[in-house]
Amino acid sequence: MTTGTTEAGMPADTVHLDADEQGGPGRAERLSALAQQHGALVTLLLAMVVASLSFDTFLTGDNLENMALSSAFLAVVALGMTFVIVTGGIDLSVGSLFALGGVLAAWGSQYGTAVALLLPLAVCGLIGLVNGLLIARSGLAPFIVTLAAMLGARGILLAVTDEGSRTYLVDKDSFFATLGQGSLLGIGVPVWITVALFVLGAVVLRRSRFGQYVYAVGGNEDAAALMGAPVARTKIAVYTLSGLYAGLAGALNAAWLVSGVTILGSGMELEAISAVVIGGTLLTGGFGFVSGSLVGVLLLKVIQNVINQIGSLDSAYQQVVSGAFLAVVVVAQTWLGHRRRML
Amino acid sequence: MTELAVARGALDRGRLLRLAQQYGVYAGVAALLLFNFAFTPHFASAENFRTQAVQVAPVLIVALGMALAIGTEGVDLSVGSVMALATSLLSLYLGYGPWVAALVAVVGGVLVGLANGALVAFVGVQPIVATLALMVAARGLALVLLPQLKDVRDPGMSALGSGDVLGVPYLVLIAAALALLVAFVVRRSTFGRQLLAIGDSRPAARLAGLPVRRVLIVVYVCSGALAAVAGVLATARLTASDPTSLGTLMELSAITAVVVGGTPLSGGRVRIGGTVAGAVLIQLLTTTLVKHDLPPSWTQMAQAVVIVAAVYAARERGKR
Repeated sequence: MTTGTTEAGMPADTVHLDADEQGGPGRAERLSALAQQHGALVTLLLAMVVASLSFDTFLTGDNLENMALSSAFLAVVALGMTFVIVTGGIDLSVGSLFALGGVLAAWGSQYGTAVALLLPLAVCGLIGLVNGLLIARSGLAPFIVTLAAMLGARGILLAVTDEGSRTYLVDKDSFFATLGQGSLLGIGVPVWITVALFVLGAVVLRRSRFGQYVYAVGGNEDAAALMGAPVARTKIAVYTLSGLYAGLAGALNAAWLVSGVTILGSGMELEAISAVVIGGTLLTGGFGFVSGSLVGVLLLKVIQNVINQIGSLDSAYQQVVSGAFLAVVVVAQTWLGHRRRML
Repeated sequence: MTELAVARGALDRGRLLRLAQQYGVYAGVAALLLFNFAFTPHFASAENFRTQAVQVAPVLIVALGMALAIGTEGVDLSVGSVMALATSLLSLYLGYGPWVAALVAVVGGVLVGLANGALVAFVGVQPIVATLALMVAARGLALVLLPQLKDVRDPGMSALGSGDVLGVPYLVLIAAALALLVAFVVRRSTFGRQLLAIGDSRPAARLAGLPVRRVLIVVYVCSGALAAVAGVLATARLTASDPTSLGTLMELSAITAVVVGGTPLSGGRVRIGGTVAGAVLIQLLTTTLVKHDLPPSWTQMAQAVVIVAAVYAARERGKR
């Protein structure tokens, strides 16, 4: 599994170094790759051990279930973001799409579960498609296009909800509500859906042709085009996927809250990007893995949980810690991962 | 003969496109002004122009710093959070007098800029990510320092926010002075030349022996300081410190102003006049929609369309 990623992620450099100067640099390369891949997991385990030793309430069923549920929605968004970032792009519109998806789902739930699920997927997928078209076909910078989409989607949300003054409710007894509130074997349905999506995402990114194209585009776009990879189509697909995932996460969240809350999702794009980066995916593209993003999300949520448990600390500290943590991870990644690229 | 005609046609179209890219923003401002003179009641009054100018001043000041960052092929997403941090610091240190408080606020912005610059210049982190980290952290810090909205009751501050010279508000004067200063630095100073050279090609600038790291750090420090100044001025105008909402989406407005003004995101060129016009254009667009009773949702969607259109128009030049 691990070798698959490494090979796909940085084929040329690794092979070149290993063949050129055997021993030292190759081992350093492997070590830094290892640190990149499992650094987040080790940190997560450490954080959980420290937290469970410090707070009796941390390792209780209720707390863990709450953490899993609140991680689920962010995790789905981060999954789409992983694909985008591996192609070397970025999607800043996911927070707005998450909120828009929730509102549309809540509005659509009065017409049945199918509408409640399909409407947000269609609208958010369409916005993602437009992002992808503008980025891939017109060559516009991803961050500015998705920044505009973030604003536009927020505008649509306000237009749908009478300028944010209406909150659509979901019928508590409907099947749609059980998608958010129900549980299976003691674990919430959103968690199951998230796990399923991650397994699927990991298989697609690692094992499918599309996944290989995603790595190729992120590694070197020109080389990918010369190899015959459909660069534009791959890019369009990842932004559409990101939109779909954000819409789905919003819909599930609406089912969980049994209402379409309009003020959700601001800053979520930052959380998702942080999670993906903390999970070891390189922002320069071409290297990354889905499981890391899940670990990143869990790590962020554990930090949040610990700060909430220390009652005296303001919740604003969470932002300071997350920001500082993101900076540390990025610095470490830059030093570990592409010291050679900077020279 | 036909070939010549075709070639000239293409040339004319190319020149037309270039003209549209360079002066489109001024034409847009003029069109919006004409539209409002014709169709908006009470638009052509000194009072209205004062209001518009005062509203645009903080955005403009932030956009100046953003233009510098974009000129080096970077971006500064932390500006909105720096404004929030500045307003928190301002109201914390107001006891020592407004000048000391404003100075502390600007120092806060300088420190954030220093962190951004160090991450970008020395560690080699992409500007988007480096400033993203600081954006999250600075907003958190602002909220830790000042958890909720607080009134700013200080005669000096309220004079700064609502006073004027010969009918021109202080805010507008300060913004205009800063715009002239930044335009002078970009066009006439060695630092400006170095900045543009780095934005054009960082490796070439390094090979030419330019102090790449120092220039990058100074650029992000300037951006942080300008954002902090904008935060102080916005606080003075609102006579309240609100670290939760002050400066949210400011990075977006500033980037829009810069991009609409014809500065390419690929660096190497900075157009300060265009940036000023871009900030005015966004303000006028918002005003037009608001005065014609269109809801805020329309404003946001219109702004999104304007951003994409501007970037789309600028893309040919950006590639060259």
